[in-house]
This record gives sequence, C-alpha cells and structure tokens, in this order.
Amino acid sequence: MLSGGHLLSVLIFFPAVGALALLLLRDDDHKYIRILALIVSVVEFLFSLLLLRDVPTAVPGYHLEELAKWINDPPINYHLGVDGISMFLVLLTTFLTPISILASWQSIGRRVKEFFVMLLMLEVGVVGVFLSLDLFLFFLFWEVMLIPMALLIGIWGHERRVYAAVKFVLYTMAGSILMLVGIIWLYNATGTFDLPAIQQRLASGGLVLVPGTEMVLFLAFFLAFAIKVPLFPLHTWLPDAHVEAPTAGSVMLAGVLLKMGTYGMIRFCLPLFPQASHRAAGWVAALAIIGIIYGALVAMVQPNLKKLVAYSSVSHLGFVVLGIFAFQNISMQGAVYQMLAHGISTGALFLLVGMLHDRRHTFEISEYGGLATPMPKLAAFFLFVALSSLGLPMLNGFVGEYLILLGTYQRHWGWASWAALGVILSACYLLWSYQRVFFGDIRHEENRTVPDASAREKGILVTMAVVTLWMGIGSIFITRRTDVAAQTVIDQVDPRRPYEAAAPNGTAPRAGTVPASRVKLITAERLGTR
Amino acid sequence: MFPRTIDLYRVLPELVWGSFGTLAMLLQPFVRNRNFFTVLAFVGALGGTGASCFAFRNAGPGFYGLVQSDPFSYFFHLLVGTVALLVVLAAGPYLDRERLPFAEFYALLLFATAGMGVLASAQELLTAFIGLEMSSISSYILAGYHRDALKSSESSLKYFLLGSFATAFFLYGIALIYGSTGTTMLDKMVSADPSSTLLKLGLAMILIGLGFKVAAAPFQVWTPDVYEGAPTPVTAFFSAGPKAAAFALLLRIFATVPAATHFWFWAFWLLAVLTMFAGNLGALVQTNLKRLLAYSSIAHAGYVLVAFAAVTSMAQVDSANAAPAYAAVLFYLLSYALVKLGAFTIVSQMGGAGEKHLSLDDYAGLSQRQPVVAAMLSIYLLSLLGLPVTAGFFGKFYIFKAAVNSHLLWLAVLMAVNSIIGAYYYLRVIVVMYMREPSTEAATAAPVGFPLTVNVVLAVTAIGTIFFGVMPNAVLNFILQPNLLGH
Repeated sequence: MLSGGHLLSVLIFFPAVGALALLLLRDDDHKYIRILALIVSVVEFLFSLLLLRDVPTAVPGYHLEELAKWINDPPINYHLGVDGISMFLVLLTTFLTPISILASWQSIGRRVKEFFVMLLMLEVGVVGVFLSLDLFLFFLFWEVMLIPMALLIGIWGHERRVYAAVKFVLYTMAGSILMLVGIIWLYNATGTFDLPAIQQRLASGGLVLVPGTEMVLFLAFFLAFAIKVPLFPLHTWLPDAHVEAPTAGSVMLAGVLLKMGTYGMIRFCLPLFPQASHRAAGWVAALAIIGIIYGALVAMVQPNLKKLVAYSSVSHLGFVVLGIFAFQNISMQGAVYQMLAHGISTGALFLLVGMLHDRRHTFEISEYGGLATPMPKLAAFFLFVALSSLGLPMLNGFVGEYLILLGTYQRHWGWASWAALGVILSACYLLWSYQRVFFGDIRHEENRTVPDASAREKGILVTMAVVTLWMGIGSIFITRRTDVAAQTVIDQVDPRRPYEAAAPNGTAPRAGTVPASRVKLITAERLGTR
Repeated sequence: MFPRTIDLYRVLPELVWGSFGTLAMLLQPFVRNRNFFTVLAFVGALGGTGASCFAFRNAGPGFYGLVQSDPFSYFFHLLVGTVALLVVLAAGPYLDRERLPFAEFYALLLFATAGMGVLASAQELLTAFIGLEMSSISSYILAGYHRDALKSSESSLKYFLLGSFATAFFLYGIALIYGSTGTTMLDKMVSADPSSTLLKLGLAMILIGLGFKVAAAPFQVWTPDVYEGAPTPVTAFFSAGPKAAAFALLLRIFATVPAATHFWFWAFWLLAVLTMFAGNLGALVQTNLKRLLAYSSIAHAGYVLVAFAAVTSMAQVDSANAAPAYAAVLFYLLSYALVKLGAFTIVSQMGGAGEKHLSLDDYAGLSQRQPVVAAMLSIYLLSLLGLPVTAGFFGKFYIFKAAVNSHLLWLAVLMAVNSIIGAYYYLRVIVVMYMREPSTEAATAAPVGFPLTVNVVLAVTAIGTIFFGVMPNAVLNFILQPNLLGH
C-alpha cells in the first residue's frame, strides 16, 4: 500500500530546513540570504519534478502515501498522499516560489532575512495543505500558512498593509474555525480523521450522513473554502490583500493560496458530501457566475492597476468554482487546468505590475500611458500575459476556460452562456487597461525615461512566458495526468454512486476506477476538442 | 485519631511547600542575603513538586478520606508546583528592581501553592474550604505586595473584599449541602437525592464561590483591576495557579456528585457563553497589555467552562465517554498556565521600574529592537489565539471536540465566534510588535535586560508550549486514563 520513500515529507519540510538555515545567516548578509533562499526554492522545485516521474498517470487513488501515527486519542495520523490534481498544484507552488524570490531580489530592502524565511515557511504550509490526507493535518497546515502570509502583507506591504493583513487573517480564520468544528463533527460521525478511510466508507455505503447533517457539514467546509477562493460575496478581503501585499506576496496569494480554496472543494466538499454538493450546486453556480461577471465589471472600472488584476482573479476563480460544481469530468479538469493557468498568468500579471511599481511607485493607471515607447520589451511581455489571461487560443488561459465552458454546457447551457460573458468582459478590461497603460501619448514626463526590463526581470518573464505557451499547446501533458483523478472525484460525487464499484480491499478509495477504454475515450475527446 | 504515615505521604507536597514557606518566614530576620531566599523558595517549590510524585506513588485516600491522592490530584500538584517554581524564578528580578522584601513574598507564594495543592486533592468540602482560604488569603496579600504603589493596594483591597464575599458564598453552600445530605464528604454524596432543593441551592452557592475564583462572568468584574494592579509576577501566578486549582475543585465536585450533573448543564452553558463574551469584548478595547491579558484570561475561563458544560451534559447520557471532556479541561489548563506565565513574565520585564511601560505603544517595533522577545511573546499570543503547533491549539481543539461530542453545537459555534474576536486583539499585539515602527524615544533606549532566571522561565514556557503543541500525547495518555479521579 505504502510505497516507500519520503518524497512528500521532503517536499513539505525541505523549505522549513532552508528557512532554519537562513536564520543562521547574519542579518545584513543580504546577498547570501537571497542566494541561499533561491537555491533552496530551486532545489525544492527540482524535488517536486520527481512527482512527475513517480506518480502513475492512469491509476486512481493516492500515491506515494506516507502514514505514521501521531496522536493516539483522537487518532490523528501523519498521512500524506498525492494524486493527479494535487501533484500539479504542488508543482505550481514550487515553481512560483523561486519566481517570487527572484521578483523580490531588489524590491525588498529591509528585514530581508525575515522576508525570505516567511516566503519559505509559506511554501511549507501550502505544500502541506496540498499533500495532507488527514483532515486534521490538513487543517493544521491550512492554519499554519496564515501567519507567514499575514506577515508578508503586514510588514513588507504598501500603505494600508496592516489593515489588509488583519482583514486577511480574520476572514480566513472565521471560515477555518467553523471548518474545525465541521471536521470534529465529521470525526464524531466516522471515528476517524483519515480522508481515504472516510471516502472508503462513504463509497461502500458503510457511512450515510443524514441529509440535514450533511448539508451543515458541507456548509462548514464550503464556507472556509469559499472565503479562500474567494467566491462572491466573500471576496472583499482579496482586493485589499492584493493591493497592499508586496509583489511576491501577491504572486503567491493569487498563484497558490486562492487555489487552496478550490482544491479544498474538489478534495473535501464534493467527495465527502455528494448529496449536499448536488443540492447546493445551483446556488454555488449562481454565485460563481455573479462573481465572474461582477469581478469583470469591477475590474473594468478600476483606476488602480493592481486592483484590476485582483478583481480579474475574482472573475477567473468564479470559472473554476463553476467548473467544479458542474460535476462533469471535462469541466473538472478544466477547473484544475484553470487553477494552474490562472496561477501562471495572474502571477505574471502581478509580477509585471510590480515591475511597473518598482519604476514609478504607483498603481494608478492614469499615471501611466504611452509606456510602450520607453519600454518595448516589458510592453510585449505584458501583452503576451494579458492575452493568455483573457483566454487567447494557444495560450494557457484558453484551455482551462474552454474545458470549463464545454463541461458546464453539458450540465446546463444557461450557466455556460452566462459564464461566457466573462470571457468577453475579460478581453475588454485587459485590453482596455493595456491600451491606457502602454499606448497613447506620454502624459507624464517621468515616463519618458523609465528603464526597460533588466536581465533579471527578462529572465523571470521569459520563464513565465515559456510556461504559458507550453501549457497552451502541450495541455495533453497535464490533462493526461489529471484525467483519472478528476474522474475519481466525479464518481465520488455521483449521487447514484455505484457502491459495488468500491474496491473490496485496500484502504485507498477505488470508487472511481476508470476502465482503460474510458481513459482512452476521454483522451480522445480532449485531442479532438483541441 | 493519629494520622498514619501513609496519610502524611499523601499530603507530602503540601507539607513541603508549607514548611519551606514557614522556614522562609523564620529565617527572614537572620539572613540578609536576598538570593538565599530565592534559592530556598526554589528548592521548596521543587521539593514539593517532586514530593507529589511520591504522593502519587502512594495513591489512595488520606486522612480517612479527607484528601485523595490520585492521577487527577497528581496532575494538578505538578501543575501548580511548576507554576510556583517558575514564578519564583520570574519574581526574583522583579523584587530586586522594585526593592521589595524577598522572604515574605516567597513564603506567601509557597503557602498559596500549598493551599492550591489541598484544593486539588480535597475530597471533603471543609478541607477544600481550608485550601481555598490558604490560597486566597496569601493571594490577597500578594496582590498588595507592592504596598507603596497605589494600584497594588487598590488591587489587594478589591480582591480581598470581593474574595471574602465569594468565600462566604462557598461556605454557605457547604452548610446547605450538609443540611441536605448530612455529610461533607464528596464520595458519600454519590447517593444524594438529586431533586433536593437544598442540595441544589448549596451547589449553586459553591458554583458562585468558585465562579468568582475562576473569574467566570458575571462574577468577573474584579479581574481586570486586580490583575492590572498586582505586581506582574503575582498576576502571572494568579492567572495560572489559583485558577487551575479552583477549576480542579469545581471539576471534582461536579464530577463526583452525580446529583450535581443533572441540573448544572445549563448553568455551565450560560456561564461559559457570558464569560467568553465578557472577556473577549472587554479585551477588544484595551490599550494596556497587562489589562488586555487580564481580559483574555476571563475569556479563557469561558472556554474551560465550555468543557464543563460538555462534562455535565456528557455525564447525563454516557459517563464512560466523559473522559475526553475531563482531559480537555486538564490539557487546556496546562497549556493556558504555560502561556500566561510566559506572557506575563515578559510584561513584567518590559514594564521597567515601577511598571510604567505597559501600554501597547511601548511594544511598537519590538521585533526590531528585541526580536527574540517579540518572537516569544508571539508564540504565547498565537497559543492563546489557538493556532496550530502550539499547546493552545490542542487545548481548544479538545474542548471543541468535547463540545461536539456532547452535541453542544451551538456552544461550539459560539466558542468559534469568540475565537475569532480573540484573534483580533491578539493579532493587534503582534501587529504592533511586527508592523509598527518604534517611537523615537523607544528606538534610542537601551534594550530591556532579561536576567538569566527570567530567560529560563521564558524558555521553559515557550518550549513547553511548542512541545505540547506537537506532542500532546505526552500528557494526554496520562490524563485520559479512566480512573483519573481515583475510582
């Protein structure tokens, strides 16, 4: 059952070791602190690439599991595991961390050591969230990552940083503490915190939750995740946190932390509470669609460039939630794809906005204009990233949105048509803001002399652009691996779940065993749609 | 009726604490060396704590059932003993700084500890009353120990007046219970008639008396003033020791007397909710850290009372399953004692001569001036807030679990709401330390010195907080045993 090796533990705790090593350096050794942090995060990324090798593509269930006793009563285990969905989210995290470190190379000038320690501790928490298979352990990492993120915003952020940091923590805690009560309640019903064990019992029909109870539990979990995503109308912390956070904080926040919410929905809400998920799906979809359109409309009228990108996240994440609650394999995979694509392209947008801020120390769009003349390279990258974010075919945003709309259409054509509005609107706000920032006449004298992208910035942006392009054309590399995991979730959330499909032995859920022929079929569909 | 040797063994910790306290008083006129008394008190506290192991080895009822040595009393003896030990270490530098006499302070501290020991092991109500008085009277004096400071005297007077009032309630309660059941022995009340009004009234009186001691709303009004006025090491002691001991007695009474459990669930429910809100809402508006921590200790008493509600409601349906709820109380008190001791010790040191620097503004930018102190205080605050990898998280987790186990969902949700209110003001302190720039005057001032003994206290409490946050097993396995209360 447990294939040896401790890759997952290494992935979680290696950054913590790196952070400890950083603490040993002298405070004013800025150069070595940065280099060491970068090395740690790059090595971590290389480690995470091993996942691609070690996780089989077509086998459902969790892989590379690690299981150790931790607390006797109540029985809490240190249980880790990875599947096709969490694997890519881990990769996204480990990829964006070195990028964030590079992005903060010069813009972070004070309390440098603490900054990089916090960034690495954040990585510990986030990777831990994605790899935990024990509800309690999951909650633990979920809470642990709060503090580094809050400090990143609160210490190194902009003017209203303290307000934003406190708001961020209080919003998240409000959700998560209810989730804790939900977790304990679920434990009372099942006698275990172990996710695969609970799934197994649900699949075999050994555990049936009363509809009322199931709904309350679903809401306890869902609220915590919805705040994190953030789903309309719980999104109000996000613009503040994003605008006030330093660039690296924004990248990690948009790139990875928001995905913890959608990941939680996929991993916990749907499989554990299938009936409640179906009953709530209409409402959730409505909120998601409102979020898509509302986020886009607000983004369109934003005078603040960073806030514009923040609201675009609300819109894009709405797509992800919609894809999840359409309960279709294709839309589920689209949701996962969109999570990754959004991480890359919005991360890149925040990087670019941060670069503009480094030069002019403002986010106001009216302060810019005509920047394409002094900085053609940065302008080109910005256009490329904006196009990927608005879903231009061949770039990463397209794949996710397309799959989501396709799957959602199968479920309900109305949802898909409303959501499609968001695609159009995103083109509006991104291109319009691009035009105002980079084209037109130069209205401010200081804009004539802003320097173009430096070598370090070019390095970051080229990396991001390559990944964007590769995800746009090589999507089969990812969907081939998320397919089975998505199907597993779809089967688990099926209200008519075939109990006999559960594997008779083994503790991992086999509820979603996908016949090989079906895998081929899905893959063929995917190829055809592209 | 001479005590047998085994009886003496079973109260050995109290004997050690008491005799070292007496010794300190006797030697005071003869020894001029102040450090001598610190060492003496340290040895006494350590000896008493060690003696509790000895008492536990010889577990069983002592003095014909007046006291009982069992895992429960062992746990609390260790707890209050350790608290006393750490307060001795933390108080030395404070007494030095404020030029206060040493011997009496330590003597009173040890007497109070002995009283708390009696409270933890009392099986009979009058014995418990003696323990309560021993610890209370010492506490009244300790609160006013800085007699030249106006606030300290005020604190002492308030504590004394309200405290004696509460003790009177307690005593009256005992009388009523005796009138109803004909006994003051707890284990003989097992068969008492639960419907007796006299018994209910007596228990209500006891609940009021002890509710005062643990600062449960609506009997909490004295807490902020007393905690703020008392010398800070004494405040640390108050919030950790006597509170734990009073909770111990409350738990023993309401766990042993079955008549007590039926009726009291709603009383505890109400007390818990009132206390949580009173503490947290009060703390929201505080700008003085010492006062803020005082209000927070009210709130935390409320959390413990949630577990009490769980205990009493659990005992109705399924007494065998009540063990985790007891364990929740014990674990919470442990984690809470560690954290409050550490936090108040830092406040005591940072306060400076005359305790002038207690305001939150004095902590602005502390992370840059004294990063280690700021990090330590953050650990304590995060534990109070209940964030993972601290003991406070598991404490809260077990209480949540006990509440959900007993189907007290509304109580759990209200507690969750309170945790979030709490998060706000604990975070505010962290924000001030990490995200504000120090005032110019504070930035140029020399960093506040932390003597070795204080550092030991901080290290022990911080490491303990993290250790029990990662390995709660270490203590849980012990307090989860079925014969916790010796039967």
